[in-house]
Amino acid sequence: MSEVRVAGVGLTPFGNSPERTGRDLFAEATIAAFEDASVPREDIEEVLYGNFMGEIAEHQGHQGPLMADAAGVDAPATRYEAACASSATAVRDAVARIRSGQADVLLVGGAERMSNLGTGGATEALAIAADDLWEVRAGMTFPAAYALMAEAYFETYGGDSEDLAHVAVKNHANAVENDYAQYQREITVEDVLEAPRVATPLGLYDSCPISDGASALVLVSESYADRKGLDASVAITGSGQGGDRMALQDRETMARTPAASEASEKAYDDAGIGPEEVGVAEVHDCFTIAEVLAIEAIGLASEGEGIAAAREGRTTVEGEVPVNLSGGLKAKGHPVGATGVSQLAELTKLLRGDHPHGDRVEDADVGVAHNAGGTVASAVVHVLEVVA
Amino acid sequence: MSDDEPVRDAGFDDWLDALGDGDPYFLECEHGHGSLPPRRVCPEPGCDSTDLEKRSLPETGRIESVTVVSVATPAFEADAPFALAVADFGPVSLTGQVRGIESEDAEIGTTVSLELATPGSETVDRAVAFRPR
Repeated sequence: MSEVRVAGVGLTPFGNSPERTGRDLFAEATIAAFEDASVPREDIEEVLYGNFMGEIAEHQGHQGPLMADAAGVDAPATRYEAACASSATAVRDAVARIRSGQADVLLVGGAERMSNLGTGGATEALAIAADDLWEVRAGMTFPAAYALMAEAYFETYGGDSEDLAHVAVKNHANAVENDYAQYQREITVEDVLEAPRVATPLGLYDSCPISDGASALVLVSESYADRKGLDASVAITGSGQGGDRMALQDRETMARTPAASEASEKAYDDAGIGPEEVGVAEVHDCFTIAEVLAIEAIGLASEGEGIAAAREGRTTVEGEVPVNLSGGLKAKGHPVGATGVSQLAELTKLLRGDHPHGDRVEDADVGVAHNAGGTVASAVVHVLEVVA
Repeated sequence: MSDDEPVRDAGFDDWLDALGDGDPYFLECEHGHGSLPPRRVCPEPGCDSTDLEKRSLPETGRIESVTVVSVATPAFEADAPFALAVADFGPVSLTGQVRGIESEDAEIGTTVSLELATPGSETVDRAVAFRPR
């Protein structure tokens, strides 16, 4: 089985650029990834691309070939869709292709244009990741779904809005030095608590923003990296996916996310490690409560203990396992189709040491990324390790 | 059928009709697992049953979680802010607005009955709703 190396990573700054097309965003991310990788475009054998709401935001289906074209790549291309976990599912397929020997060099990425839809339009577009008949037509929104999970969590394990506020404060602080982040500014617990409510107990500052952006990775086999003398020290050593019932109402509990537990168990098993070896993590904090659920699911906090992790400093930059040093979805932004790959780009830089927070995790040689779709009916976890 | 006529979602719209008629139901397989239409296979892992029968839904449910939604989708904007809950009716749980109560007074544990609501909407003419008992 061939080892999968990250040859290069590329991101656009995430933010508010309503007039920029998805193809322009993706092109920018791939230019950065090819520069970082020192791999020629002509070596790309396939493009695997994640996108969620392209039909709604840009009236554009069949985005695979469009994005390969934008990237200057002449290769077969396929779009992957799993709501907010779209590009992580593309990575999973890329990992399988390289491991099996079907491919040596792949371009993997994602993009999303959202802000052109406005707040109402984007809220409506995001809602299609829920069950249309039984959730959306009853009035469900994504903030409402995570709010229901938060209330169920509080009821089961305790905790309150102030605990959640510490997650937002931590992630905003982490983003200050990240030039790719949408919000490079610190906020206080009071700011979070006093912000308008979106769906109780979640307020504006508990929620990730509406973002435009793109991300890209050049993934190669170990033999290709050796043959070309590439500086590709980070490998994807574990990949796992979990699933759950689509509608929140059909789950056994709303206070946990078993799909993410399943994904992480498979990914850790695949990598031959346990959660205790993880030194740094990027998790899917589309809302503050989502980070709490994520760190419990992937074994970085025990059940019911995740709620206090940020407040107690266990997941801050000074903590045992820093979580979302990029700023997370909360402050870095969440162009949904780009998010999964952007987490791996950030983790790669953290492990290589060329991230603004690289010095803070100098000793870390294992990173984990958790990317969730919908109300975690889809979950993908990847393990990254420094291998060279 | 003309292009202007809205097309029904078979199974789902039939269920809303039944709710409007005061006779909501759920689907039950021969092993007693509950689910909602449209459905052909029992969703319980490992059950595999395709023998799903309509059964009357219990009259009351319990709110399992509830939130007050201020930022709604365009179809529900006129209703906001509103309480949205998941309520457990035993064999199945449902999602809906909580009506007939101040939205911030809806709580986990509240006993509710089901009703068909007309939201202040141009695109959704009817929706699942709950009323405290």
